Amino acid sequence: MSDPGSVSGGTGLEAAAAAGVDQLSHVDDSSQKQRKPRSLWSDAWGELRRKPTFIISLVIILIVVLMAIWPSLFTSVDPRHANLDKSLQKPSAEAWFGYDLQGYDVYARAMYGARASLLVGIFSTILTVLIGSFVGIIAGYAKTWIDSLLSRFADIFAGIPFVLGAIVILTTLNAPNENPGVVRIVTQVVLSIAVLSWPVVMRIMRSATLVAKQQDYVKAARGLGASPMRIVFRHLLPNTIAPVLVYGTIALGAFIGAEATLAFLGIGLRPPVVSWGVMISESRDYFQSAPHMLLFPAGFVTVTVLAFVMLGDAVRDALDPKSR
Amino acid sequence: MTQPLLEVEDLHVEFRTHDGVAKVLNGVSYHVSAGETLAVLGESGSGKSVTAQTIMGILDMPPAFITNGSIKFRGEDLLKKSAEERREVRGEGIAMIFQDALSALNPVFTVGFQIEEQLKVRRGMSKADARKRAVELLDQVKIPNAKGRISDYPHQFSGGMRQRAMIAMSLALDPELLIADEPTTALDVTVQAQIMDLLAEIQSERDMGMILITHDLGVVADVADRISVMYAGRIVEHADVYELFRAPGHPYTESLLESLPRLDLKGQELKTIKGLPPSLTNIPPGCPFNPRCPRAFDRCVTEVPTVHNLGMGRTSRCHIAEEVVARG
Amino acid sequence: MGRYVLRRLLQLIPVFLGTTFLIYALVWAIPQDPFSGKCGQRPCDPSYIAEMSQKLNLNDPLLVQYFKYIGNLLTGNFGTTFNGVSVGEQISISWPITFKLGIIAVIIEAVIGIIAGVLTGLRKQGFLDNLVLVSTLFLISLPVFVTGFVLRLYLGPQGFDIMDTSVGSDPTIGELILPGFVLGSLSMAYVARLTRTSIVENRRSDYVRTAIAKGQPQTRVVGVHLLRNSLIPVITFLGTDLGSLMGGAIVTEGVFNINGIGGLIFRGIQEKEGVMVTGIVTLLVLVYLLASLLVDLLYAVLDPRIRYE
Repeated sequence: MSDPGSVSGGTGLEAAAAAGVDQLSHVDDSSQKQRKPRSLWSDAWGELRRKPTFIISLVIILIVVLMAIWPSLFTSVDPRHANLDKSLQKPSAEAWFGYDLQGYDVYARAMYGARASLLVGIFSTILTVLIGSFVGIIAGYAKTWIDSLLSRFADIFAGIPFVLGAIVILTTLNAPNENPGVVRIVTQVVLSIAVLSWPVVMRIMRSATLVAKQQDYVKAARGLGASPMRIVFRHLLPNTIAPVLVYGTIALGAFIGAEATLAFLGIGLRPPVVSWGVMISESRDYFQSAPHMLLFPAGFVTVTVLAFVMLGDAVRDALDPKSR
Repeated sequence: MTQPLLEVEDLHVEFRTHDGVAKVLNGVSYHVSAGETLAVLGESGSGKSVTAQTIMGILDMPPAFITNGSIKFRGEDLLKKSAEERREVRGEGIAMIFQDALSALNPVFTVGFQIEEQLKVRRGMSKADARKRAVELLDQVKIPNAKGRISDYPHQFSGGMRQRAMIAMSLALDPELLIADEPTTALDVTVQAQIMDLLAEIQSERDMGMILITHDLGVVADVADRISVMYAGRIVEHADVYELFRAPGHPYTESLLESLPRLDLKGQELKTIKGLPPSLTNIPPGCPFNPRCPRAFDRCVTEVPTVHNLGMGRTSRCHIAEEVVARG
Repeated sequence: MGRYVLRRLLQLIPVFLGTTFLIYALVWAIPQDPFSGKCGQRPCDPSYIAEMSQKLNLNDPLLVQYFKYIGNLLTGNFGTTFNGVSVGEQISISWPITFKLGIIAVIIEAVIGIIAGVLTGLRKQGFLDNLVLVSTLFLISLPVFVTGFVLRLYLGPQGFDIMDTSVGSDPTIGELILPGFVLGSLSMAYVARLTRTSIVENRRSDYVRTAIAKGQPQTRVVGVHLLRNSLIPVITFLGTDLGSLMGGAIVTEGVFNINGIGGLIFRGIQEKEGVMVTGIVTLLVLVYLLASLLVDLLYAVLDPRIRYE
């Protein structure tokens, strides 16, 4: 049963992440070249190093990571120090990003907020990739009825539009006026994102496994009596990593954006957690009078997402066998 | 003697890429007249397809550059014509068919559409007339049930039938010259013979000139009148087909003939030509065949051989061409 | 072809049941007390609880509840909220608005995205190409609500006052253009890139070479032969996008205060109207699944090669 064009799907950014990723899983067996074939990875690295987009995106990401680990490197202001006199003040020399409703320094909060946003992105990506890869490899490698079952199962989750699903899950777990603790809400957001996004990874992994399974060396390994575990880890996995890697990179960005969107809707992270999404949700009602409250954290989110998307793009181009 | 239909004269083409300049054609000259079949024989990379594409004007330029030469069709140099004039020659003066009909035909349009397109767009025929003519053409190439199959898509045909459909399409505007680029390479041997027979029949019915590009000596022997052998972007030998097989005039041709498996020499090792064709960014000095030539001697490495005239229209680019011919 | 349709439809049914059951369970089975907050600050009157539980089948086992609910849905009965408002009626008012919004978004993203993609695909490198690449990258990274807020602020009365950005309760198409643009902005960027990639890939294909060798005019080679093949993945994407945009409209409707399905769902969740929530989400899931079915069929129509399996 073929599903045309069904590897991508979900929100637009995720579709962008999953697109064009199919050809990365095709094994590079071009023995027609007369020069010594180098490995796909060393070729890719060489190409990446020279790309300006790769370098720029890497720099941006490193800065953001630094912000997350050591916010005090970037600001000496206490983000929890509220000065109601300064409420809603516009950016000035004293406070580069101005003050929000409660008198917090927006710049300081943005620096400290990087951590939560980044963590949500990272954990969501890891969880999504783990679940999706696990199910995907099994579906790709096991017998057809298992594959059908797992694919239907994935379809069920894929049928839920992301924002809607997140709304339903997160409001079910917390009544609207409840205020869950930090760990609890972060876990819930990460879980919601992963639960709704894993089908995409599953499809990528499954289709990559199906291709890799057909390769002669896999058949040879089976003929020699290699156990399925060995085949999966030594033969299938290395060839299916590339598309998942590209997806993961872009998805990380997408999930940071998702955190912001969920917070905007009031169902994601919330105070006392400081994250870019939280800052955005607090600024919703004051957008007309104090746009700086929303624009700066939104700007951070955008630039970070941009960096990950650029990185993912660059990695995908470098790994693409068609440009050999 | 009537003027040849097509005269390619000293054609030089380069591909300029990041990895260097590849000299793909280094002085190619040949000609074809109406009613005759010229076979252009050579390995992959010898430049036979590039020459054809240059004649048709479908090369990507850049990265290709024509650095010298002329292509005279009906006496006029195509390279000096405007893009629009060249376009008009395509399909109507010179038509081309390709090796893999499955990828050469547009998969989302019916075969009928692709044939009728020529008639409607270029001849202004009405839909009904074009449809009628298209069915006639499919009949001419011996596709059974032409009327039923006109609305089929390329992937619904078998390999041989598809190739016939492509031939029908190329004949839509009654071209004077047909270039067939490895038309049978992708087909089964039995189908190959049928297609070659069809081409021969069509050619004689229409008194068309034909350039047959191939690497297959067997195909050549059946159908060609004259043969031009290409190596590393050069014509190394021109000859009449019988003469070529009887007494090759160039070591490369000799080696090619010797490498043909023969039923009467059972139990012996197959002969091959040692080595590989040269990389076109780095053609060896002197004669480009010298690293692989069984007859090579010191002059071959230093001097590029000139064209030796062997009489009766035969030529060869070898220092000892006369010797090679005599041996046969 | 008929068998293909039938097969896809049959595959759709278990998925639909699975997804909607999941939603139903989440809304009705997981929360401890579905009645919290329904009667003001105090807990509800027991007789009220008994009556509502009977009406909503809450005393039945979960699966039975669910099937009764689906049964009702299939006869068009979306039930009523705790306040006695007919869910079906609410949906029929809001749904057309969201649907209009979705269609406008798809049209805008198709037109702009495809044109940009074709222009840059045909002419690689160059200023226009880089401009499009950079701006699409940017649009893909901007969360939809940011785009919405920024455009609303700067194009509206507070900013450069180019247009009236408010949307009435029964919006005209004109009023929905800006929100439609915002809703489709992310996908538009993706469409442009997809079109560009597709054109670049197909430009060098053998059938294009044949069309040129036939002596067809360049406008036909590109406009008929190249485009017809290159647009297949783009059109199929647009089809699925229509399905998923319905869900994503929530955010846009929030930013622009549009009375569509999004607002309805939001209120339903705030007020813990489970009936409303399940009704709308089920409908949207159905729309999404139908859209992907239609897209699969569309694919078969567009590409004759997959029609005959």
